[in-house]
Parts: sequence; C-alpha cells; structure tokens
Amino acid sequence: MMIPFLIAVGVMCAITSLLAVIMVIADATIGNYGDVTITINGEKSVTVEGGHPLLSTLKEEEIFIPSACGGRGSCGLCKLKVLEGAGEPLPTEMPWLDPDEVASHVRLSCQVKVKNDIRIEVPEELFSVKQFETEVKAIRDLTHDIKEVRLKLIEPEGIEFTAGQFVHFEVPVYALTDEPVYRAYSLSSGPTEHGEIELEIRYVANGICTTYVHQHLEVGQNITINGPYGDFYLRDTDSDIIFIAGGSGMAPIKSILHEMARTGSQRKARYFFGARSVRDLFLLDDMKALEEQLPDFRFIPALSDPDPEDHWEDETGLITQVVGRHVEDASQMEAYLCGSPLMIDACIAVLREKGMPEEKVYFDKFS
Amino acid sequence: MSEFATVMSVLFAAIFTNNILLTNYLGMCSFLGASREVKTALGLGAAVVFVLTCTSALNWLCYHYILVPLDLVYLRFIVFIVVIAAFVQVVEMIIERLSERLYNALGIFLPLITVNCAILGVSLFMVIREYTLAEALGYGFGSGVGWVVAILAMAGIREKMVRSKIPRGLEGAGITLIIAGIMALAFMGFNGMMTLN
Repeated sequence: MMIPFLIAVGVMCAITSLLAVIMVIADATIGNYGDVTITINGEKSVTVEGGHPLLSTLKEEEIFIPSACGGRGSCGLCKLKVLEGAGEPLPTEMPWLDPDEVASHVRLSCQVKVKNDIRIEVPEELFSVKQFETEVKAIRDLTHDIKEVRLKLIEPEGIEFTAGQFVHFEVPVYALTDEPVYRAYSLSSGPTEHGEIELEIRYVANGICTTYVHQHLEVGQNITINGPYGDFYLRDTDSDIIFIAGGSGMAPIKSILHEMARTGSQRKARYFFGARSVRDLFLLDDMKALEEQLPDFRFIPALSDPDPEDHWEDETGLITQVVGRHVEDASQMEAYLCGSPLMIDACIAVLREKGMPEEKVYFDKFS
Repeated sequence: MSEFATVMSVLFAAIFTNNILLTNYLGMCSFLGASREVKTALGLGAAVVFVLTCTSALNWLCYHYILVPLDLVYLRFIVFIVVIAAFVQVVEMIIERLSERLYNALGIFLPLITVNCAILGVSLFMVIREYTLAEALGYGFGSGVGWVVAILAMAGIREKMVRSKIPRGLEGAGITLIIAGIMALAFMGFNGMMTLN
C-alpha cells in the first residue's frame, strides 16, 4: 500500500529538487554579474553586487527612494535619472513615463537591473532619508477617529528633520494587504525630540494603513518607517503667517508651531482649524499653551456643523468663510495649508482673492 | 503517411483548424491583456512560440521517461507546471545575460507566460493525443504560431478600433471578447481542411 505512495512523493521531490539545483546553479553562474560600480551625481561612487534591481541595491547602500508598491512597478514613484548603463526604458516602465522623462533618462528604479557600471542622479534631499526601526511607545485617542501614535526610535536612535516634513510608515502584511505597503504621515513632534517621533493618524474606512493603526497596532510592537521627506516647512522670512488645517492636517503645523516657540520666533501667526463639531477638535490645551508662549499667535477653530449640545459660541461656517472674515489683506503674508485636496483648493482660492501671491502659499495635500 | 508528413499535418492543424486560442480558448488572459499594440503582441507571441516548443519537448521526455515507467501519470499536472516554471526562469536569466535588446523585446514577457494556460494545455493535449516526440515538437511550435496569428490579428483590429466609436458598456474586454468570438467563427472555416486525431 505504502510503496506507490512513497514512490510518488520521492519522484516529485526528486524532480523539484533537481530543478531547484539547476536554478541555484543558473543563479550563481548566469545570474552572477559580479561587483559593479554605481556613480551617484558624478561625485560619489559605490561598489555593489550586480544583478539586482536598482531600487533595492540603493536601499542596501542606505539610499532610500520613495516607493509605495515595494518594487513591483505598480506605483510609479521610484523615478530616478539613470544617465548611463541601463539601456532603453522597458515596456513595464512606459505607462509611468511621459516623453519628456524618457528624453531626460528618467527610469523606474525598481525595474532597472544593475548589470554593469551605471551613472545615476539622486536628488540631494534623499540622502538624508534613512530607514528606522521603531517601537510603539504610546497610542492615544485625540478624537473619536484620530489616534496619536508615539514611536521610539531604536535603530538609528535619532532622526534629523525639519518641522513639517513627513515619513513613510510601513504597514506589515495583515488581513487587508498581502504585501507591505507604505503610507505617508506628517511628523507632529518637534525636530529636537531626537529619540521619539509622533504621528497623527485619522481612521478612513477600509484604508490599509489607517485600519491597521486603529484596529491592530499595539504598544510595544515594532514598526519600520523611512524618511524624512517633503518640502512643507516654515520659510525663513518675517512675513505674517496664516496656517490652515483640518483633521490630522494638524500634525505638521503643530510641529512647526512648537519649533517657532522653541526658537523664540516673533512672527505674527493665525491658525485656522476646520472641524465639523466639538468632538472633532483636539489638542486645545496645547494650542492654548502655544498662544501664551508665542508673542502673537491665535488658534481659531471653526466648526462647520456644531451639535446643539456643544453650546459653541466661537466661529462657525466653512473654513473658507472663517478665513475670509478674519483676513483683510493677505498680500504681505505667507500661508501654510495641510488637509484634504478639496479644502486646500478652496482655501487657496480665498487667499488669492485676498491678494496673496500664489508662490507664498505652501501646502501639503493628503491623497 | 510518412513521419514527416504527420508532423507537418499536426503543425498546420495546430495553427489553423485546432488553434489553441480560438478553438480551445486557452491563453486568454495574456491574449486580452497584451493585444493592444501589434509590437507588444509580437514580443509576447515570440516568447510563447519559444516556450511552447521547448516545454512540449521537455514535458514529453519527462512524461515518457519518468512518469509512465513509474506509473505516476496522475502527477503530470504538477510536474508539467514545475518544469515550465523552472525552464522559463532559466531562459529569462540567459536572455537577460546575453542580449539587452532581446531581453527588452522578449525577456520581460517570459514570467508572464509561465502562468499562460495555453502552455500547460499544449503539454496535456500532446499526452492525451499520444504524439511522438517529433509530433509533440510540431504541435508545440504550431500551437505557438497559431497563438501568434490570433493575437496579431486581434492587436491589428484593436489598433484600428482606437478610433472607432464603441458603445460604452462594451469598451475594453467586452468588445475584445466579441471580436475573439467572431474570429473563432472565422477560423471554423478552416475545418475540414485537415483534422487532428
């Protein structure tokens, strides 16, 4: 009885192991490209093992290129200029590249295999991007749908960033995703708290990362992040400032305000925060403290739809109406906006009506 | 009939009367997915011809020299699939190493067709129909060419169709399947020209 069964299993194992051995040999001989040199921005060169995609090769060298799909060529974010040594763009890259990019040698770094010496161009700001192993230190409910997540940095132990920048949060494989995915969140902590960072994450129904954070994440768990990214930070001028945010758009602005307080900034600032009702407001004590620390700062929450039991007597209406009522002439001011694309576009329109030049409006759109 | 004539008749029957795509409807997913441009279709088609020809021979050898003597014919599905997958992987590595142009034109399609059911289908049909090795080779090659003929015709039609008005509900896969159906009817015209046993 047992013998035919054993023969079947034995033969199957023999065939698969034979094929596996062939594959291993092929990988070590045909797939072995030896050491190759990558020249970065014409100045730095690194020697790496050839035969792997450029994206993961650079990751090994601690150069992190933003990517949301993890190297499958399905997000189109990991674009880099490959000046020499990679040939023509592959058909798998073409959907992501426009003719100008093709002409200027832009490639998807996850699709380019490093097979010989190549020359690439990496934007300077990506050099400060690192990957961090962290441990969840605390999770706090800010409102019914926003959680504040505090992460302790384990390796490396400190992060250098500018208030207003964001990091990528790696969501491990779980019920809603069968591969790790990365989502961008602004840092709400200040740049001087080197050892720890703080994120504000609002629940979105069926959102891969938000569901994970709201329903699965626990204190003590390890989380990988990489960053910092982004050019949303306070410009060094003397102009008066308008901040506008909604929901978890609070995060980068909180970070910027604390940094202003720490450095003793004298600038005049108004912070308009849009919410539906009182239960969507948070960090009010923090804002009150900032009003006292900064010489001329006011936090102006605006409720679009207050509940009768809120007994709300301050500003009501859409954030655009409230901004319109408070700001007369914005031509000499700067604005920093963070929130949903709809809110940002509507606010930009209002600010332009008030005379603010477009290049003075800085924003961070959630998408 | 001489051996050569049999092989030739198997080959031509596989291209026309028993077209793997249009009579068996195998290999549909890449057929629908990669038939938007003639150039891509040609690249994928070349890869299919190559893999079909080689794997039908390899699987014929596996079947007749390993599975039949050991009375393990029922393992053919899994053995065929494993052989196909390993073969495709190794060929991809070789092409990548040898020629960048060949890799760009053909190599990147190879992983796609590992899971093309036409490839497994050909290996299974060749066993059911009890072909000799030469016939199996002819059948594999012919099926590949038949698949290319079908996808090229479809890509040509779809390139023309870009400019035509298609009812909204039929755009994309809908109209493509209808065209594939009409093409299958047209290919039935070849029936009676020759038959496969």
